[in-house]
Amino acid sequence: MKILVVDDEKDIQPLFEQRFRREIKNGEINFVFAYSGEEALDCLKDYKHEAVLILSDINMPGMSGLVLLDKIKQKNHKPPPVVMMITAYGDDENYKQAMQLGADDFITKPVNFSELKEKLKQF
Amino acid sequence: MNISLIPFILSFLLSQRLFRFSKINNHKQWEKWFSYARFFSVFLFAAEIILKASNTTQWIWHIFLVSLLLFAIQQKEMRKLRMYLLAFAPYVAVSLLTDLVRVIVTDFYIRWESYFGNAMMLSIIWLMAILFSQYRQNKATEKERIRRQKEDEINRAIALRKVELEGLVAERTAEITKQKEELIQTLNELKATQAQLIQSEKMASLGELTAGIAHEIQNPLNFVNNFSEVSSELLDEMKEEQEKGNTEETAAIANDIKQNLEKIIHHGKRADGIVKAMLQHSRSSSGMKKPTEINKLADEYLRLAYHGLRAKDKSFNASLETNFDEALSKIDVVPQEMGRVILNLLTNAFYAVSEKKKQLEKNTPADGNQTEQKPYTPTVLIATKKLKGKVEIKISDNGNGIPQAEVDKIFQPFYTTKPSGKGTGLGLSMSYEIVTKVHGGQLKVENNEGEGVTFTVILPVKK
Repeated sequence: MKILVVDDEKDIQPLFEQRFRREIKNGEINFVFAYSGEEALDCLKDYKHEAVLILSDINMPGMSGLVLLDKIKQKNHKPPPVVMMITAYGDDENYKQAMQLGADDFITKPVNFSELKEKLKQF
Repeated sequence: MNISLIPFILSFLLSQRLFRFSKINNHKQWEKWFSYARFFSVFLFAAEIILKASNTTQWIWHIFLVSLLLFAIQQKEMRKLRMYLLAFAPYVAVSLLTDLVRVIVTDFYIRWESYFGNAMMLSIIWLMAILFSQYRQNKATEKERIRRQKEDEINRAIALRKVELEGLVAERTAEITKQKEELIQTLNELKATQAQLIQSEKMASLGELTAGIAHEIQNPLNFVNNFSEVSSELLDEMKEEQEKGNTEETAAIANDIKQNLEKIIHHGKRADGIVKAMLQHSRSSSGMKKPTEINKLADEYLRLAYHGLRAKDKSFNASLETNFDEALSKIDVVPQEMGRVILNLLTNAFYAVSEKKKQLEKNTPADGNQTEQKPYTPTVLIATKKLKGKVEIKISDNGNGIPQAEVDKIFQPFYTTKPSGKGTGLGLSMSYEIVTKVHGGQLKVENNEGEGVTFTVILPVKK
Protein backbone atom coordinates (compact mmCIF):
# COMPACT_ATOMS: atom_id res chain seq x y z
CA MET A 1 0.00 0.00 0.00
CA LYS A 2 1.30 3.40 -0.92
CA ILE A 3 0.99 6.12 1.71
CA LEU A 4 1.62 9.74 0.88
CA VAL A 5 2.58 11.77 3.95
CA VAL A 6 2.19 15.56 3.61
CA ASP A 7 3.79 17.78 6.23
CA ASP A 8 6.00 20.84 6.17
CA GLU A 9 8.22 19.38 8.88
CA LYS A 10 10.95 17.51 7.07
CA ASP A 11 11.84 15.34 10.06
CA ILE A 12 8.52 13.59 9.63
CA GLN A 13 10.26 11.33 7.11
CA PRO A 14 12.87 9.69 9.39
CA LEU A 15 10.22 9.47 12.09
CA PHE A 16 7.73 7.60 9.91
CA GLU A 17 10.43 5.46 8.41
CA GLN A 18 11.48 4.32 11.85
CA ARG A 19 8.01 4.04 13.33
CA PHE A 20 6.98 1.82 10.40
CA ARG A 21 10.33 0.12 10.16
CA ARG A 22 8.92 -3.39 10.20
CA GLU A 23 6.10 -2.67 7.77
CA ILE A 24 8.47 -1.03 5.32
CA LYS A 25 10.92 -3.89 5.62
CA ASN A 26 8.19 -6.42 5.02
CA GLY A 27 6.99 -4.42 2.02
CA GLU A 28 3.53 -3.87 3.53
CA ILE A 29 3.70 -0.11 3.28
CA ASN A 30 5.45 2.11 0.84
CA PHE A 31 5.89 5.72 2.06
CA VAL A 32 6.16 8.76 -0.12
CA PHE A 33 6.73 12.20 1.42
CA ALA A 34 5.66 15.63 0.28
CA TYR A 35 6.48 18.83 2.15
CA SER A 36 3.66 21.02 0.91
CA GLY A 37 0.19 20.79 -0.57
CA GLU A 38 1.48 21.74 -3.97
CA GLU A 39 4.13 19.03 -3.88
CA ALA A 40 1.49 16.51 -2.79
CA LEU A 41 -0.67 17.30 -5.82
CA ASP A 42 2.32 16.76 -8.10
CA CYS A 43 2.99 13.38 -6.46
CA LEU A 44 -0.62 12.33 -6.92
CA LYS A 45 -0.37 12.96 -10.63
CA ASP A 46 2.41 10.34 -10.75
CA TYR A 47 0.50 7.76 -8.74
CA LYS A 48 -2.85 8.20 -10.40
CA HIS A 49 -3.50 4.53 -10.88
CA GLU A 50 -2.18 3.20 -7.61
CA ALA A 51 -4.26 2.81 -4.54
CA VAL A 52 -3.07 5.65 -2.34
CA LEU A 53 -3.75 6.62 1.25
CA ILE A 54 -2.93 10.19 2.16
CA LEU A 55 -1.92 11.44 5.60
CA SER A 56 -1.89 15.22 5.55
CA ASP A 57 -1.08 17.94 8.04
CA ILE A 58 -3.58 20.80 7.99
CA ASN A 59 -1.38 23.63 9.10
CA MET A 60 1.14 24.26 6.36
CA PRO A 61 2.36 27.40 4.73
CA GLY A 62 1.05 27.92 1.22
CA MET A 63 -1.66 25.46 0.37
CA SER A 64 -3.20 24.24 3.61
CA GLY A 65 -4.15 20.65 4.26
CA LEU A 66 -7.84 21.53 3.99
CA VAL A 67 -7.41 23.04 0.53
CA LEU A 68 -5.43 19.99 -0.50
CA LEU A 69 -8.19 17.72 0.85
CA ASP A 70 -10.79 19.70 -1.06
CA LYS A 71 -8.84 19.44 -4.29
CA ILE A 72 -8.23 15.74 -3.94
CA LYS A 73 -11.83 14.94 -3.12
CA GLN A 74 -13.38 17.26 -5.70
CA LYS A 75 -11.23 16.44 -8.68
CA ASN A 76 -10.38 13.79 -11.14
CA HIS A 77 -9.04 11.09 -8.81
CA LYS A 78 -10.91 7.87 -9.37
CA PRO A 79 -11.43 6.20 -7.06
CA PRO A 80 -10.96 9.07 -4.63
CA PRO A 81 -8.09 8.17 -2.28
CA VAL A 82 -8.49 7.81 1.45
CA VAL A 83 -7.41 11.02 3.19
CA MET A 84 -6.62 11.27 6.89
CA MET A 85 -6.04 14.72 8.33
CA ILE A 86 -3.49 15.29 11.07
CA THR A 87 -3.40 18.53 12.97
CA ALA A 88 -2.01 20.14 16.05
CA TYR A 89 -5.18 22.17 16.41
CA GLY A 90 -7.77 19.59 17.37
CA ASP A 91 -10.62 22.08 17.58
CA ASP A 92 -14.19 21.61 16.43
CA GLU A 93 -14.01 24.04 13.58
CA ASN A 94 -11.08 22.30 11.94
CA TYR A 95 -12.71 18.92 12.51
CA LYS A 96 -16.07 19.97 11.05
CA GLN A 97 -14.48 21.55 8.06
CA ALA A 98 -12.33 18.52 7.39
CA MET A 99 -15.31 16.18 7.67
CA GLN A 100 -17.41 18.40 5.44
CA LEU A 101 -14.72 18.29 2.80
CA GLY A 102 -14.79 14.50 2.92
CA ALA A 103 -11.88 13.56 5.18
CA ASP A 104 -11.88 9.87 6.07
CA ASP A 105 -10.33 10.39 9.47
CA PHE A 106 -9.11 13.11 11.77
CA ILE A 107 -6.08 12.67 13.98
CA THR A 108 -4.73 15.15 16.49
CA LYS A 109 -1.06 15.58 17.25
CA PRO A 110 0.83 14.15 19.02
CA VAL A 111 0.15 11.11 16.87
CA ASN A 112 -0.41 7.84 18.68
CA PHE A 113 1.42 5.53 16.31
CA SER A 114 0.01 2.25 17.54
CA GLU A 115 -3.52 3.60 16.98
CA LEU A 116 -2.50 4.88 13.58
CA LYS A 117 -1.14 1.46 12.68
CA GLU A 118 -4.46 -0.14 13.65
CA LYS A 119 -6.34 2.34 11.52
CA LEU A 120 -4.08 1.79 8.53
CA LYS A 121 -4.63 -1.96 8.75
CA GLN A 122 -8.33 -1.46 8.06
CA PHE A 123 -7.67 -0.09 4.59
CA MET B 1 -19.09 157.47 80.67
CA ASN B 2 -16.73 154.92 79.29
CA ILE B 3 -18.00 151.53 78.24
CA SER B 4 -15.53 148.66 78.85
CA LEU B 5 -15.88 147.21 75.37
CA ILE B 6 -12.28 146.15 75.01
CA PRO B 7 -12.04 144.43 78.41
CA PHE B 8 -15.26 142.62 77.61
CA ILE B 9 -14.05 141.41 74.19
CA LEU B 10 -10.70 140.40 75.58
CA SER B 11 -12.07 138.55 78.57
CA PHE B 12 -14.66 136.85 76.42
CA LEU B 13 -12.06 135.82 73.86
CA LEU B 14 -9.69 134.66 76.55
CA SER B 15 -12.24 132.59 78.41
CA GLN B 16 -13.54 131.23 75.15
CA ARG B 17 -10.01 130.23 74.11
CA LEU B 18 -9.32 128.61 77.49
CA PHE B 19 -12.68 126.87 77.39
CA ARG B 20 -11.88 125.38 73.99
CA PHE B 21 -8.42 124.42 75.09
CA SER B 22 -9.84 122.62 78.12
CA LYS B 23 -12.40 120.92 76.00
CA ILE B 24 -9.82 119.72 73.47
CA ASN B 25 -7.52 118.54 76.27
CA ASN B 26 -10.45 116.84 77.93
CA HIS B 27 -10.13 118.77 81.24
CA LYS B 28 -13.71 118.60 82.54
CA GLN B 29 -13.31 120.89 85.54
CA TRP B 30 -11.56 123.72 83.67
CA GLU B 31 -14.05 123.36 80.91
CA LYS B 32 -16.81 124.08 83.38
CA TRP B 33 -14.94 126.99 84.96
CA PHE B 34 -14.12 128.70 81.68
CA SER B 35 -17.64 128.16 80.50
CA TYR B 36 -18.79 130.09 83.55
CA ALA B 37 -16.06 132.68 82.89
CA ARG B 38 -17.50 133.18 79.44
CA PHE B 39 -20.98 133.74 80.84
CA PHE B 40 -19.55 135.91 83.52
CA SER B 41 -17.93 138.26 81.00
CA VAL B 42 -21.20 138.55 79.08
CA PHE B 43 -23.11 139.04 82.29
CA LEU B 44 -20.65 141.65 83.56
CA PHE B 45 -20.79 143.55 80.30
CA ALA B 46 -24.60 143.50 80.30
CA ALA B 47 -24.68 144.60 83.94
CA GLU B 48 -22.30 147.44 83.24
CA ILE B 49 -24.48 148.77 80.42
CA ILE B 50 -27.73 148.39 82.27
CA LEU B 51 -26.51 149.80 85.58
CA LYS B 52 -24.21 152.33 83.92
CA ALA B 53 -21.66 151.40 86.53
CA SER B 54 -18.46 151.35 84.51
CA ASN B 55 -16.58 153.06 87.30
CA THR B 56 -17.15 150.00 89.46
CA THR B 57 -16.99 147.35 86.82
CA GLN B 58 -13.72 148.50 85.35
CA TRP B 59 -12.06 147.19 88.47
CA ILE B 60 -13.94 143.92 88.22
CA TRP B 61 -12.76 143.61 84.61
CA HIS B 62 -9.22 144.19 85.78
CA ILE B 63 -9.44 141.58 88.52
CA PHE B 64 -11.19 139.15 86.24
CA LEU B 65 -8.68 139.49 83.43
CA VAL B 66 -5.65 139.42 85.74
CA SER B 67 -6.88 136.38 87.57
CA LEU B 68 -7.73 134.57 84.31
CA LEU B 69 -4.27 135.32 82.97
CA LEU B 70 -2.44 134.47 86.16
CA PHE B 71 -4.35 131.24 86.51
CA ALA B 72 -3.67 130.26 82.94
CA ILE B 73 0.01 131.14 82.99
CA GLN B 74 0.52 129.14 86.14
CA GLN B 75 -0.87 125.94 84.62
CA LYS B 76 1.84 123.66 83.21
CA GLU B 77 -0.73 122.05 80.92
CA MET B 78 -1.31 125.40 79.26
CA ARG B 79 2.29 125.98 78.29
CA LYS B 80 1.29 125.79 74.67
CA LEU B 81 -0.96 128.79 75.16
CA ARG B 82 1.78 130.93 76.73
CA MET B 83 2.36 133.00 73.62
CA TYR B 84 -1.32 133.66 73.39
CA LEU B 85 -1.52 134.64 77.03
CA LEU B 86 1.50 136.89 76.68
CA ALA B 87 -0.36 138.82 74.00
CA PHE B 88 -2.84 139.92 76.63
CA ALA B 89 -0.36 140.63 79.39
CA PRO B 90 0.81 144.14 78.27
CA TYR B 91 -2.69 145.40 77.75
CA VAL B 92 -3.94 144.03 81.04
CA ALA B 93 -0.94 145.50 82.85
CA VAL B 94 -1.07 148.85 81.07
CA SER B 95 -4.82 149.32 81.50
CA LEU B 96 -4.63 148.31 85.16
CA LEU B 97 -1.72 150.70 85.72
CA THR B 98 -3.47 153.51 83.86
CA ASP B 99 -6.63 153.16 85.88
CA LEU B 100 -4.70 152.92 89.15
CA VAL B 101 -2.61 155.99 88.34
CA ARG B 102 -5.70 157.90 87.25
CA VAL B 103 -7.48 157.18 90.50
CA ILE B 104 -4.53 157.48 92.88
CA VAL B 105 -2.44 160.30 91.40
CA THR B 106 -4.82 162.05 89.09
CA ASP B 107 -2.49 165.03 88.52
CA PHE B 108 0.32 162.86 87.41
CA TYR B 109 -2.07 161.02 85.16
CA ILE B 110 -3.39 164.22 83.60
CA ARG B 111 0.12 165.47 82.96
CA TRP B 112 1.25 162.24 81.33
CA GLU B 113 -2.12 161.21 79.85
CA SER B 114 -0.86 161.09 76.29
CA TYR B 115 1.90 158.63 77.30
CA PHE B 116 -0.63 156.41 79.00
CA GLY B 117 -2.78 156.61 75.85
CA ASN B 118 0.22 155.69 73.71
CA ALA B 119 1.15 152.81 75.97
CA MET B 120 -2.43 151.59 75.78
CA MET B 121 -2.37 151.86 71.99
CA LEU B 122 0.96 150.03 71.82
CA SER B 123 -0.32 147.26 74.07
CA ILE B 124 -3.41 146.88 71.89
CA ILE B 125 -1.29 146.83 68.71
CA TRP B 126 0.95 144.27 70.38
CA LEU B 127 -2.08 142.23 71.28
CA MET B 128 -3.50 142.38 67.78
CA ALA B 129 -0.16 141.67 66.17
CA ILE B 130 0.38 138.62 68.32
CA LEU B 131 -3.17 137.41 67.88
CA PHE B 132 -2.86 137.92 64.14
CA SER B 133 0.42 136.08 63.94
CA GLN B 134 -1.05 133.39 66.19
CA TYR B 135 -4.01 133.18 63.90
CA ARG B 136 -1.76 132.86 60.85
CA GLN B 137 0.36 130.33 62.60
CA ASN B 138 -2.74 128.36 63.60
CA LYS B 139 -4.00 128.53 60.10
CA ALA B 140 -0.67 127.26 58.75
CA THR B 141 -0.62 124.56 61.39
CA GLU B 142 -4.16 123.67 60.51
CA LYS B 143 -3.24 123.57 56.84
CA GLU B 144 -0.27 121.40 57.66
CA ARG B 145 -2.47 119.21 59.78
CA ILE B 146 -4.97 118.80 56.97
CA ARG B 147 -2.16 118.10 54.54
CA ARG B 148 -0.78 115.48 56.91
CA GLN B 149 -4.20 114.03 57.35
CA LYS B 150 -4.66 113.83 53.61
CA GLU B 151 -1.24 112.29 53.25
CA ASP B 152 -2.10 109.84 55.99
CA GLU B 153 -5.32 109.03 54.25
CA ILE B 154 -3.49 108.49 51.00
CA ASN B 155 -0.89 106.39 52.77
CA ARG B 156 -3.58 104.43 54.46
CA ALA B 157 -5.34 103.93 51.15
CA ILE B 158 -2.07 102.85 49.58
CA ALA B 159 -1.40 100.47 52.44
CA LEU B 160 -4.89 99.10 52.10
CA ARG B 161 -4.46 98.69 48.35
CA LYS B 162 -1.11 97.05 48.98
CA VAL B 163 -2.65 94.54 51.34
CA GLU B 164 -5.39 93.97 48.81
CA LEU B 165 -2.85 93.46 46.01
CA GLU B 166 -0.74 91.20 48.16
CA GLY B 167 -3.80 89.10 48.84
CA LEU B 168 -4.55 89.03 45.14
CA VAL B 169 -0.97 88.05 44.31
CA ALA B 170 -1.02 85.32 46.94
CA GLU B 171 -4.30 84.08 45.50
CA ARG B 172 -2.92 84.06 41.97
CA THR B 173 0.28 82.40 43.12
CA ALA B 174 -1.72 79.71 44.86
CA GLU B 175 -3.77 79.26 41.70
CA ILE B 176 -0.70 78.99 39.51
CA THR B 177 0.99 76.63 41.95
CA LYS B 178 -2.10 74.49 41.93
CA GLN B 179 -2.17 74.49 38.14
CA LYS B 180 1.51 73.62 38.07
CA GLU B 181 0.95 70.73 40.43
CA GLU B 182 -1.96 69.55 38.34
CA LEU B 183 0.19 69.73 35.23
CA ILE B 184 2.98 67.79 36.91
CA GLN B 185 0.47 65.18 37.97
CA THR B 186 -0.99 65.01 34.47
CA LEU B 187 2.49 64.71 33.02
CA ASN B 188 3.30 61.89 35.41
CA GLU B 189 0.05 60.19 34.53
CA LEU B 190 0.86 60.56 30.85
CA LYS B 191 4.31 59.11 31.37
CA ALA B 192 2.84 56.18 33.27
CA THR B 193 0.25 55.71 30.53
CA GLN B 194 2.95 55.80 27.90
CA ALA B 195 4.96 53.18 29.75
CA GLN B 196 1.81 51.10 30.11
CA LEU B 197 1.03 51.51 26.41
CA ILE B 198 4.50 50.40 25.43
CA GLN B 199 4.21 47.44 27.75
CA SER B 200 0.75 46.63 26.44
CA GLU B 201 2.04 46.86 22.88
CA LYS B 202 4.72 44.38 23.83
CA MET B 203 2.13 42.18 25.49
CA ALA B 204 -0.25 42.52 22.55
CA SER B 205 2.45 41.38 20.16
CA LEU B 206 3.25 38.61 22.63
CA GLY B 207 -0.43 37.69 22.61
CA GLU B 208 -0.26 37.44 18.86
CA LEU B 209 2.60 35.10 19.44
CA THR B 210 1.21 32.78 22.09
CA ALA B 211 -0.67 30.48 19.73
CA GLY B 212 2.30 30.45 17.39
CA ILE B 213 4.58 29.74 20.28
CA ALA B 214 2.40 26.88 21.50
CA HIS B 215 2.42 25.40 18.03
CA GLU B 216 6.10 25.98 17.55
CA ILE B 217 6.91 24.32 20.85
CA GLN B 218 4.45 21.50 20.36
CA ASN B 219 6.04 20.42 17.10
CA PRO B 220 9.61 19.98 18.34
CA LEU B 221 8.31 18.38 21.54
CA ASN B 222 6.39 15.84 19.48
CA PHE B 223 9.57 15.06 17.64
CA VAL B 224 11.53 14.73 20.85
CA ASN B 225 8.92 12.35 22.28
CA ASN B 226 8.55 10.34 19.08
CA PHE B 227 12.25 9.97 18.39
CA SER B 228 12.84 8.98 22.01
CA GLU B 229 10.15 6.30 21.84
CA VAL B 230 11.36 5.03 18.50
CA SER B 231 14.93 4.90 19.74
CA SER B 232 13.84 2.84 22.70
CA GLU B 233 12.07 0.43 20.35
CA LEU B 234 15.11 0.37 18.11
CA LEU B 235 17.30 -0.59 21.03
CA ASP B 236 15.07 -3.60 21.71
CA GLU B 237 15.29 -4.52 18.08
CA MET B 238 19.02 -4.07 18.11
CA LYS B 239 19.31 -6.46 21.04
CA GLU B 240 17.31 -9.07 19.14
CA GLU B 241 19.49 -8.68 16.07
CA GLN B 242 22.58 -8.92 18.22
CA GLU B 243 21.38 -12.16 19.69
CA LYS B 244 20.81 -13.45 16.17
CA GLY B 245 24.37 -12.42 15.40
CA ASN B 246 23.27 -10.12 12.61
CA THR B 247 26.03 -7.56 12.92
CA GLU B 248 25.20 -5.64 9.76
CA GLU B 249 21.66 -4.97 10.88
CA THR B 250 22.88 -4.13 14.40
CA ALA B 251 25.21 -1.53 13.02
CA ALA B 252 22.45 -0.05 10.85
CA ILE B 253 20.13 0.23 13.81
CA ALA B 254 22.85 1.80 15.93
CA ASN B 255 23.34 4.32 13.19
CA ASP B 256 19.64 5.12 13.18
CA ILE B 257 19.64 5.57 16.92
CA LYS B 258 22.55 7.97 16.68
CA GLN B 259 20.65 9.91 14.04
CA ASN B 260 17.57 9.99 16.25
CA LEU B 261 19.50 11.32 19.17
CA GLU B 262 20.78 14.12 16.98
CA LYS B 263 17.19 14.85 15.97
CA ILE B 264 16.19 14.91 19.63
CA ILE B 265 18.96 17.38 20.41
CA HIS B 266 18.03 19.51 17.41
CA HIS B 267 14.33 19.71 18.31
CA GLY B 268 15.08 20.20 22.00
CA LYS B 269 17.20 23.18 21.11
CA ARG B 270 14.54 24.47 18.79
CA ALA B 271 11.96 24.49 21.59
CA ASP B 272 14.52 26.04 23.90
CA GLY B 273 15.20 28.85 21.45
CA ILE B 274 11.51 29.64 21.11
CA VAL B 275 10.94 29.83 24.84
CA LYS B 276 13.97 32.08 25.20
CA ALA B 277 12.77 34.34 22.40
CA MET B 278 9.38 34.61 24.04
CA LEU B 279 10.87 35.48 27.40
CA GLN B 280 13.10 38.06 25.81
CA HIS B 281 10.18 39.51 23.97
CA SER B 282 8.13 40.09 27.08
CA ARG B 283 11.02 41.47 29.11
CA SER B 284 10.61 45.20 29.59
CA SER B 285 14.28 46.11 29.87
CA SER B 286 15.78 47.11 26.58
CA GLY B 287 18.62 44.61 26.76
CA MET B 288 22.12 44.68 25.39
CA LYS B 289 23.38 44.46 21.85
CA LYS B 290 25.02 41.20 21.00
CA PRO B 291 26.21 39.49 17.82
CA THR B 292 23.11 38.00 16.25
CA GLU B 293 22.40 35.93 13.18
CA ILE B 294 19.80 38.01 11.40
CA ASN B 295 18.70 35.15 9.15
CA LYS B 296 17.97 32.92 12.11
CA LEU B 297 16.19 35.69 13.97
CA ALA B 298 14.07 36.49 10.91
CA ASP B 299 13.19 32.86 10.33
CA GLU B 300 12.23 32.33 13.95
CA TYR B 301 9.89 35.31 14.02
CA LEU B 302 8.47 34.43 10.61
CA ARG B 303 7.33 31.10 11.95
CA LEU B 304 6.01 32.60 15.17
CA ALA B 305 4.08 35.28 13.35
CA TYR B 306 2.64 32.92 10.80
CA HIS B 307 1.54 30.27 13.25
CA GLY B 308 0.28 32.89 15.64
CA LEU B 309 -2.03 34.25 13.00
CA ARG B 310 -2.98 30.80 11.78
CA ALA B 311 -3.99 29.77 15.26
CA LYS B 312 -6.27 32.76 15.58
CA ASP B 313 -7.75 32.62 12.11
CA LYS B 314 -8.06 29.08 10.79
CA SER B 315 -8.97 30.15 7.31
CA PHE B 316 -5.87 32.27 7.01
CA ASN B 317 -3.18 31.07 4.72
CA ALA B 318 -0.28 32.66 3.02
CA SER B 319 2.64 31.57 1.01
CA LEU B 320 5.86 32.34 2.81
CA GLU B 321 8.88 33.11 0.75
CA THR B 322 12.28 33.53 2.24
CA ASN B 323 15.38 34.73 0.53
CA PHE B 324 18.17 34.76 3.03
CA ASP B 325 21.62 35.90 2.01
CA GLU B 326 23.90 33.19 3.37
CA ALA B 327 26.86 35.55 3.24
CA LEU B 328 25.39 37.50 6.14
CA SER B 329 27.64 37.47 9.18
CA LYS B 330 26.54 38.13 12.73
CA ILE B 331 25.82 41.75 13.48
CA ASP B 332 25.40 43.60 16.76
CA VAL B 333 21.73 44.15 17.56
CA VAL B 334 19.48 43.89 20.59
CA PRO B 335 17.88 40.58 19.60
CA GLN B 336 14.52 40.99 21.31
CA GLU B 337 14.12 44.55 20.02
CA MET B 338 15.02 43.66 16.47
CA GLY B 339 12.80 40.58 16.78
CA ARG B 340 9.97 42.88 17.78
CA VAL B 341 10.54 44.98 14.67
CA ILE B 342 10.57 41.95 12.38
CA LEU B 343 7.53 40.50 14.12
CA ASN B 344 5.66 43.76 13.82
CA LEU B 345 6.44 44.18 10.13
CA LEU B 346 5.47 40.55 9.47
CA THR B 347 2.24 40.80 11.47
CA ASN B 348 1.30 43.86 9.44
CA ALA B 349 2.13 42.04 6.21
CA PHE B 350 0.04 39.03 7.17
CA TYR B 351 -2.80 41.28 8.20
CA ALA B 352 -2.63 43.08 4.86
CA VAL B 353 -2.73 39.93 2.75
CA SER B 354 -5.50 38.35 4.78
CA GLU B 355 -7.57 41.52 4.47
CA LYS B 356 -7.10 41.52 0.73
CA LYS B 357 -8.08 37.89 0.53
CA LYS B 358 -11.24 38.47 2.55
CA GLN B 359 -12.10 41.41 0.35
CA LEU B 360 -11.66 39.41 -2.85
CA GLU B 361 -13.75 36.54 -1.48
CA LYS B 362 -16.53 38.94 -0.70
CA ASN B 363 -16.48 40.33 -4.23
CA THR B 364 -16.56 37.00 -6.06
CA PRO B 365 -19.58 34.71 -6.05
CA ALA B 366 -19.12 31.96 -3.49
CA ASP B 367 -19.35 29.01 -5.85
CA GLY B 368 -15.85 27.88 -5.06
CA ASN B 369 -14.69 28.37 -8.62
CA GLN B 370 -12.55 31.39 -8.07
CA THR B 371 -9.48 29.24 -8.46
CA GLU B 372 -10.33 28.94 -12.13
CA GLN B 373 -9.84 32.65 -12.60
CA LYS B 374 -6.68 34.41 -11.70
CA PRO B 375 -6.19 33.12 -8.17
CA TYR B 376 -4.88 35.45 -5.49
CA THR B 377 -2.10 33.88 -3.51
CA PRO B 378 -1.41 35.86 -0.34
CA THR B 379 2.34 36.06 -0.25
CA VAL B 380 4.72 37.42 2.35
CA LEU B 381 8.38 37.64 1.50
CA ILE B 382 11.24 38.15 3.88
CA ALA B 383 14.68 38.66 2.42
CA THR B 384 18.06 39.62 3.78
CA LYS B 385 20.96 41.04 1.85
CA LYS B 386 24.51 41.94 2.64
CA LEU B 387 25.46 45.39 1.41
CA LYS B 388 28.64 47.36 1.84
CA GLY B 389 28.87 48.10 5.56
CA LYS B 390 25.16 47.46 5.92
CA VAL B 391 22.62 44.72 6.23
CA GLU B 392 19.22 44.97 4.62
CA ILE B 393 16.09 43.19 5.78
CA LYS B 394 13.16 43.38 3.38
CA ILE B 395 9.64 42.40 4.25
CA SER B 396 7.13 42.54 1.41
CA ASP B 397 3.50 41.60 1.01
CA ASN B 398 1.10 41.62 -1.88
CA GLY B 399 -1.80 43.10 0.06
CA ASN B 400 -3.64 46.28 -0.76
CA GLY B 401 -0.85 48.64 0.18
CA ILE B 402 -1.33 51.86 2.06
CA PRO B 403 -3.51 54.67 0.72
CA GLN B 404 -0.96 57.10 -0.73
CA ALA B 405 -2.36 59.96 1.33
CA GLU B 406 -1.61 58.15 4.55
CA VAL B 407 1.92 56.93 3.89
CA ASP B 408 3.40 59.89 5.77
CA LYS B 409 1.42 59.06 8.86
CA ILE B 410 2.25 55.40 9.34
CA PHE B 411 5.18 55.97 11.67
CA GLN B 412 3.18 58.23 13.94
CA PRO B 413 2.11 56.76 17.26
CA PHE B 414 -1.47 55.48 17.32
CA TYR B 415 -1.78 55.31 13.56
CA THR B 416 -3.62 52.13 12.78
CA THR B 417 -5.86 50.81 10.04
CA LYS B 418 -7.07 47.97 12.20
CA PRO B 419 -10.52 48.20 13.76
CA SER B 420 -10.48 49.59 17.27
CA GLY B 421 -9.31 47.11 19.86
CA LYS B 422 -7.36 45.12 17.28
CA GLY B 423 -4.22 47.19 17.16
CA THR B 424 -2.55 49.65 19.48
CA GLY B 425 -1.20 51.76 16.64
CA LEU B 426 2.18 51.73 18.33
CA GLY B 427 3.82 48.93 16.40
CA LEU B 428 5.32 50.92 13.56
CA SER B 429 6.25 53.91 15.66
CA MET B 430 8.02 51.63 18.13
CA SER B 431 9.71 49.78 15.29
CA TYR B 432 10.86 53.07 13.85
CA GLU B 433 12.34 54.10 17.20
CA ILE B 434 14.07 50.77 17.65
CA VAL B 435 15.62 50.80 14.18
CA THR B 436 16.68 54.45 14.11
CA LYS B 437 17.42 55.30 17.74
CA VAL B 438 18.58 52.01 19.22
CA HIS B 439 20.44 50.70 16.18
CA GLY B 440 21.24 53.84 14.18
CA GLY B 441 19.63 52.33 11.11
CA GLN B 442 16.87 53.27 8.70
CA LEU B 443 13.33 52.06 8.20
CA LYS B 444 11.99 52.73 4.74
CA VAL B 445 8.65 52.07 3.18
CA GLU B 446 7.95 51.45 -0.48
CA ASN B 447 4.27 51.57 -1.22
CA ASN B 448 2.39 50.39 -4.29
CA GLU B 449 -1.20 51.24 -3.64
CA GLY B 450 -3.33 48.19 -4.37
CA GLU B 451 -0.32 45.99 -4.96
CA GLY B 452 1.46 45.72 -1.65
CA VAL B 453 4.07 47.25 0.59
CA THR B 454 7.74 46.65 1.14
CA PHE B 455 9.39 47.67 4.38
CA THR B 456 13.15 47.81 4.38
CA VAL B 457 15.26 47.82 7.53
CA ILE B 458 18.82 48.91 6.94
CA LEU B 459 21.25 48.27 9.79
CA PRO B 460 24.83 49.47 9.92
CA VAL B 461 27.52 46.84 10.49
CA LYS B 462 30.01 48.08 13.04
CA LYS B 463 33.38 46.52 13.57
